[in-house]
Amino acid sequence: MIEENVSLPRIHYLNSHYGWKSWLFTTDHKRIGLLYMISITLMFFLGGFFALLIRLELLTPQADMFNADTYNKFFTLHGVILIFFFLVPSIPGTLGNFLIPLMIGAKDVAFPKLNLLSWYIFVIGSLFTLWVVAVGGIDTGWTFYTPYSTTFANTHVIAATLGVFFTGFSSILTGLNFIVTIHKMRAPGLTWFRLPLFIWSLYATSIIQVLATPVLGITMVLIAVERFAKVGIFDPALGGDPVLFQHMFWFYSHPAVYIMILPSLGVVSELISAFTWKRVFGYKFVAISSLMIAIFSFIVWGHHMYVSSMSIYAGMLFSILSYLVAVPSAVKVFNWTATLYKGSVSYDTPMLYALGFIGLFTIGGLTGLFLASMGLDRHLHDTYFVIAHFHLIMVGGAVMGYFGGLHYWWPKMFGRMYPEWWGRLSALIVFVGFNLSFFPQFIIGYLGMPRRYHVYAPEFQVLNVMSTAGSSILGVGYLLPLVYLIWSLRYGKVAANPWKAKGLEWETASPPPPENFLEQPIVTEEAYNYPTRPAHSPRHAGKLTGGLAQPAGATGKGREAEVV
Amino acid sequence: MSNAHSPVAHHFYTVEQQKDSATIGMWLFLATEILLFGALFTAYAVYRYRFPDAFMVASSRMDWKMGGLNTLFLIISSVTMVFAVSSAEKGRRGGLLGFLAATGFFGTLFLVVKYFEYMHHYHDRDVPGLNFHWTGAPELANGAQMFFFLYFFMTGLHALHMLVGLGLLIWIFITAYQGKYSPEYYNPVEMFGLYWHFVDLVWIFLFPLLYLLGAHLPPGGGGHH
Repeated sequence: MIEENVSLPRIHYLNSHYGWKSWLFTTDHKRIGLLYMISITLMFFLGGFFALLIRLELLTPQADMFNADTYNKFFTLHGVILIFFFLVPSIPGTLGNFLIPLMIGAKDVAFPKLNLLSWYIFVIGSLFTLWVVAVGGIDTGWTFYTPYSTTFANTHVIAATLGVFFTGFSSILTGLNFIVTIHKMRAPGLTWFRLPLFIWSLYATSIIQVLATPVLGITMVLIAVERFAKVGIFDPALGGDPVLFQHMFWFYSHPAVYIMILPSLGVVSELISAFTWKRVFGYKFVAISSLMIAIFSFIVWGHHMYVSSMSIYAGMLFSILSYLVAVPSAVKVFNWTATLYKGSVSYDTPMLYALGFIGLFTIGGLTGLFLASMGLDRHLHDTYFVIAHFHLIMVGGAVMGYFGGLHYWWPKMFGRMYPEWWGRLSALIVFVGFNLSFFPQFIIGYLGMPRRYHVYAPEFQVLNVMSTAGSSILGVGYLLPLVYLIWSLRYGKVAANPWKAKGLEWETASPPPPENFLEQPIVTEEAYNYPTRPAHSPRHAGKLTGGLAQPAGATGKGREAEVV
Repeated sequence: MSNAHSPVAHHFYTVEQQKDSATIGMWLFLATEILLFGALFTAYAVYRYRFPDAFMVASSRMDWKMGGLNTLFLIISSVTMVFAVSSAEKGRRGGLLGFLAATGFFGTLFLVVKYFEYMHHYHDRDVPGLNFHWTGAPELANGAQMFFFLYFFMTGLHALHMLVGLGLLIWIFITAYQGKYSPEYYNPVEMFGLYWHFVDLVWIFLFPLLYLLGAHLPPGGGGHH
């Protein structure tokens, strides 16, 4: 971080209009991004609350606080809320909405009204889910497997599936909007291979959102209709096939994993570049690897169903294809680490999250290979090994990326810095708490503890206690940013570009004016065009003289002077 | 969003940029629709493979003449929609209004015929979840019910798209009547045309699959494998 001596711009998107109507009827992508941020933060802490209840129950091998039915509802709500109402919309809805037009030099996304509509649809879906929470929950697991969900469960399945259906449409509209925006709204000179890698990753995410989500939508409707009308499309007693449901569900829900992780991969590319003060090594490979992940994501869903009557040949095919996903993922990890080499690395809060991300994403990805192999999966299927694996990707990966991005672009969004010391502390707490939560779960899973039970064999208690302790620490690590980020909105030090980072989004004022740029920017250079010799970087020079710590001009004219 | 003088919204720079955006957005939306129906076509394929005899017997209960008539109506409405877009492109407001009206007329005729078909099936007790009662061979009951469930779900979803389409068509008609479209700006007309053709195209797949394929043959006979 570099000390800046700046003041807030007189007019910006936060103070250009006042009153609740200026927020609820806004079509400004930045304000919609903040609406999303508030909504998903509520959902994040609600879903996290259920996680803590689960971990509390698992402190002892017996049932202490909850019976089996209640426990089933808690892990279901935990999953439904955090997957569909936090992880899927998290980075696209908040950072994506806020940053895509800024990063490509546009005034807004291509369809601003559709953008607002997508938030309202998300809210409707959330209300369905909150209603389910209020009236007694749902106990099917977030996967809604049939025939339990359609025939036997006597909880609020229809309302929950409709909630997922609605939030799915919100996700589709966001993805559609982003694809069109990235195609048609780029500033003059901003060619595809000059785009920031965050844009590439959100482009890939959007493709998945647009092409996979409709299948989930119609599947949710089929479940609701089957329950409501007592028809049997998935009911084996009436000739239906529950495995067909699994195919349709995972055709969305496996790609959905990449909807959750790809945006974080993009954030980490930005962070690695900004905090090493270097262009990302192998830029084109990292860009294309996002698209490869998106393409592969559509043809690997069967690896969730090795034990669901799948033929060995289909299983082999899905297994090989699943292994292939490791290639573009590894391309990213190797290129990030290569970027660190001889970089001017600084360890500010966002970078701590990024480095934590790389380690956890690597382990999460590699344990995914264990599960993609058919033989080992037979042993590990539905155990805590799976739980640990996907939490490394979704929490250690996706959530860490989100938090890193949130801290990195916080001064861009609000013109004020969060307290750096508290930021680093909480990043450290999150990392420690996360590892303590989930590494024991690999072991107990491998030893055979199944997921989704509220009681377990006594020999697993020590590791379970460790996991619960870790999750409490993790909870503290998540609450701290909530407090100090809100605090910083008023009391944070005024900042414009404290990282001296490159990118169009940093060339306008912080917070940006309502239409982002005072005049249309023209791009004449590749992304991350940092000066080659670290000794010349303003990060070092700025600390000595303070003279280079001025914000870049809103028109980009200050740029040459800064680079020389 | 747009001011009185220019049809270009504030965040676009040129008419072309706006039009290209709308076109890409619409095609992406249609791609989502293909996936939405695609899941149902997959289910249809799975169950047709599982219950070949029951599907044949059940689909023999469909009235292919009414389905054929409806296919004709939709094809005609697609042709009139092409003329409507063409009229908008050439700035012929009268032609645009006339062809939009014709499109709406044939679209409505489709729904009227569909209504009578549904009523007919209701009286024959063919509706799963409502009054399904199978009088044929008992071993075909499950498969026949599956056929009718898919029939009602798929044609119902299609009819819902038709209803949405007619609603949009009324809006396009009113705005066309108000003179909002010109050869420079008729995006909504063209985008609606894409939607309308897509909905027609779904029916072009539904009609043979549900009404014609293997129908009117005795169960177990006639080379369906």
